[in-house]
Amino acid sequence: MSNTPATPTPSPSPSASEKLLQRAAPDRVEFEDLVIVPIFAVIVALVLGALTMLATNVSLPTIGLSYIALIQGSVGSLNALSETLTAAAPLILAGLGIALGFRAGLFNIGAEGQLLIGGMASVIVGFSLPDLPMIIHLPLALLAGALAGGLYAAIAGWLRAATGAHEVISTIMLNLIAFRLVDYLLRLPIIQKTGRADPISKSVLDSAELPRLLEWIDPNLRVHAGIILVLAAVFLVHWILFKSTIGFEFRASGENPDAARYAGMRSGLIIVLVMAFAGALAGLAGANQVLGVLDRVTPGFSAGIGFNAIAVALLGRSHPVGVLLAGLLFGALEAGGRQMQVSAGVSIDLIAIIQALIIVFIAAPLLVRKLFPWGFQRTDKSSRSKTP
Amino acid sequence: MEIELRGITKRFGEVVANSDVNLTIRPGEVLGLLGENGAGKSTLMNVLSGLYEPTEGTILIDGKPTIFQGPGEAIEAGIGMVHQHFMLVPVFTVAENVILGVEPTGRADFLDLETARQQVREINETYGLEVDPDELVENLPVGIQQRVEIIKVLFRSADVLIFDEPTAVLTPQEVTDFFQIVTALRDAGKALVFITHKLQEILEISDRIAVLRAGKIVGEGDPKQLTEAELAEMMVGRPVSFDVVKQPFAPGETLLDVSHLTVLRENDEIAVEDISLKVRKGEIVGIAGVQGNGQSALVQALTGLTRIAAGTIELMGTDITHLSARQRHKMGMAHIPEDRHRSGMIANFTVAENMVLDTYYDDRFSKGLTMRWKQVNEISAQNVSDFDVRTTSVFEMAGHLSGGNQQKMVVAREMAREITLLIAAQPTRGLDVGSIEYIHSRIIDARDSGDGVLIISSELDEILSLSDRILVMFKGRVVAEFGEGGKPAEKNAIGLAMAGATQ
Repeated sequence: MSNTPATPTPSPSPSASEKLLQRAAPDRVEFEDLVIVPIFAVIVALVLGALTMLATNVSLPTIGLSYIALIQGSVGSLNALSETLTAAAPLILAGLGIALGFRAGLFNIGAEGQLLIGGMASVIVGFSLPDLPMIIHLPLALLAGALAGGLYAAIAGWLRAATGAHEVISTIMLNLIAFRLVDYLLRLPIIQKTGRADPISKSVLDSAELPRLLEWIDPNLRVHAGIILVLAAVFLVHWILFKSTIGFEFRASGENPDAARYAGMRSGLIIVLVMAFAGALAGLAGANQVLGVLDRVTPGFSAGIGFNAIAVALLGRSHPVGVLLAGLLFGALEAGGRQMQVSAGVSIDLIAIIQALIIVFIAAPLLVRKLFPWGFQRTDKSSRSKTP
Repeated sequence: MEIELRGITKRFGEVVANSDVNLTIRPGEVLGLLGENGAGKSTLMNVLSGLYEPTEGTILIDGKPTIFQGPGEAIEAGIGMVHQHFMLVPVFTVAENVILGVEPTGRADFLDLETARQQVREINETYGLEVDPDELVENLPVGIQQRVEIIKVLFRSADVLIFDEPTAVLTPQEVTDFFQIVTALRDAGKALVFITHKLQEILEISDRIAVLRAGKIVGEGDPKQLTEAELAEMMVGRPVSFDVVKQPFAPGETLLDVSHLTVLRENDEIAVEDISLKVRKGEIVGIAGVQGNGQSALVQALTGLTRIAAGTIELMGTDITHLSARQRHKMGMAHIPEDRHRSGMIANFTVAENMVLDTYYDDRFSKGLTMRWKQVNEISAQNVSDFDVRTTSVFEMAGHLSGGNQQKMVVAREMAREITLLIAAQPTRGLDVGSIEYIHSRIIDARDSGDGVLIISSELDEILSLSDRILVMFKGRVVAEFGEGGKPAEKNAIGLAMAGATQ
């Protein structure tokens, strides 16, 4: 607010300087927005989900059963946890990339396409280099995915920087191109699985597969080394954004491109770099799917992960840790949703509805505050409004 | 309608914005409310207009204690506020803007624009506003847009009108017109509050003056018995000097040598045409001129933010014509941008982050790709105290500081390093006297210690009091030079040159 009162301290003393270095305690309102609002949002979404089921003639006991299945299928067993993590991994990777773009003021809709291209590149490296030890082959396959995704996204960045073409349009177009490009590549003899007429790639060699982590407990546990990649990516993105000079440039350009330019930052280069980073993360998500779960590429293997990742990034408020948590939530909903379908016979579409409801409510904290006035500290309306 | 504020205190958490304020607003009178940026003027008026609830104290309307639950209730009670930033829909007509929110309706609830137009015309006539109700707001000059805001308030039958820094956006001619309107409103029996930090204006238009400092009323008085110096002292809390004290003029070698510089705008129109100028060590060169005569393009060309069409720029004997902004910055060129909000700072960054916005890559603040936040924060804290930036902490968001403190932050960033040439564009625009005095003294210090300074300002008084030499820009050209080798720096002559008169 422009009304900070003038404190009469013209003489600088060591203690004054120390005081300047003290951080304010986190705002109560901020804490509520970050923690309590999402919890309530999930609850409201589940309640509304139940009402939706009621409206579609699902009986009350079945609804109860389906929510129990949702919990069991997401966190109820080791297998459930393994499924949740497996589903969350690509969402978090791609979501981190999108969050990076948001921070730099870029709306990257192209994660889906970057993921497809990245997956394609890593599958090619994954099946075409026999006799390599895993310690070389696997990193190579991952790198190929990241590199391809990064380069693909950099096209949109370059278009924006050089011609001003808006990245929303160009990344949507690049998504369409990626879909068809993958279709085309899958019919090339060097890529298509031998003896198959349908578009399907050769399988990834064992030496390029992301190893399953819990195979020693139960061979059916699908959780794989991709989650280590995810954690590393969370740390890396956090470091880039908040600890590095390029992150400083990214954030400055995102908040105020004019001020960034006046400060001598090269906006064109920054745009291309951000897109390349974002694309690399999406490409890595594709590699994660191909090398950790699917073993090969089929048309549309991306399965909308690149689009769901946009919701994950928004839900995580473009903060790496937030993206991690949001991705886990979405992974849990997906894994639990499958169980819901199996045990209670409820449509998988319902899960999509609940996901959407959660996003709506988290995106509207004021609505949640209105619905649960007793859940929040009574806020003085004046302390929340700022004079320009 | 008479309004009395009694013992008003407003706190935001631990921050006290207003403390025990007593103030009476009477019909047929202009109350001037004077105070520095951040003194609590706007908070006080937001309390009065129902936007904030006071933490303590009461508002009495004609002796009756009143509590406003929101701006709506204050408007109903007849209190209207004309904000500094207009709240108008640009693509609507004047009449449509005026009725927005309180639309008169006719048969079957259809919008009755004819009545609205008629009412706007009546208000026009009563107060001599001369605004065409059918003109689109986006086509109107700022001064007329302000009148639309006034009509909006009058349309809601306000008896008390609060003007928040109304003259900040107006040209001198528009200010004169505005004062006529204020007088007409007063004579019609309205109670008026005029918030400002400009001393001359408050003395000219007010019937009574109250001075606010650090949230408290520190003085009230009759403008006929007060002088600018007395008011400034009340406002700042210490004597303010309007005269600039500087060392004798002793220019050294040439730092900046611009020859035959031509700059084009994006649409290929000529913005700067064939300008040559020099800035030497230990001198302040002022560029005077009415805004929009190519000054911005000149600054952008000098600082490496725009391409130049012809000519050369040398800094300390090195040709920098084709160097980037970053390279020029590294050579010791400092730049205070003309618009701090748009290009000088990032509102959503902390003070510390803003302090290193253009030096973050320096070894002091980063090592390789890693930011050295500890050093950044410590040096920022040092700069904050050195340059008297008033903030609770270096982690405060820059957008939360008052305008004067934001500008001091920008000045601190640009001047708290080894520089050779300072290019300061509108360095004190929109600031209060205390901040202006401070920034001027810093600029003089830089000159006295041997830096070269180029000042671009549309405030002629600022140029006159600081500069050793003055160049006047008109339509992209330097049309006159005053001081040293040129004509003596005389206000009238400069004013004429600014208006394009050739002697």
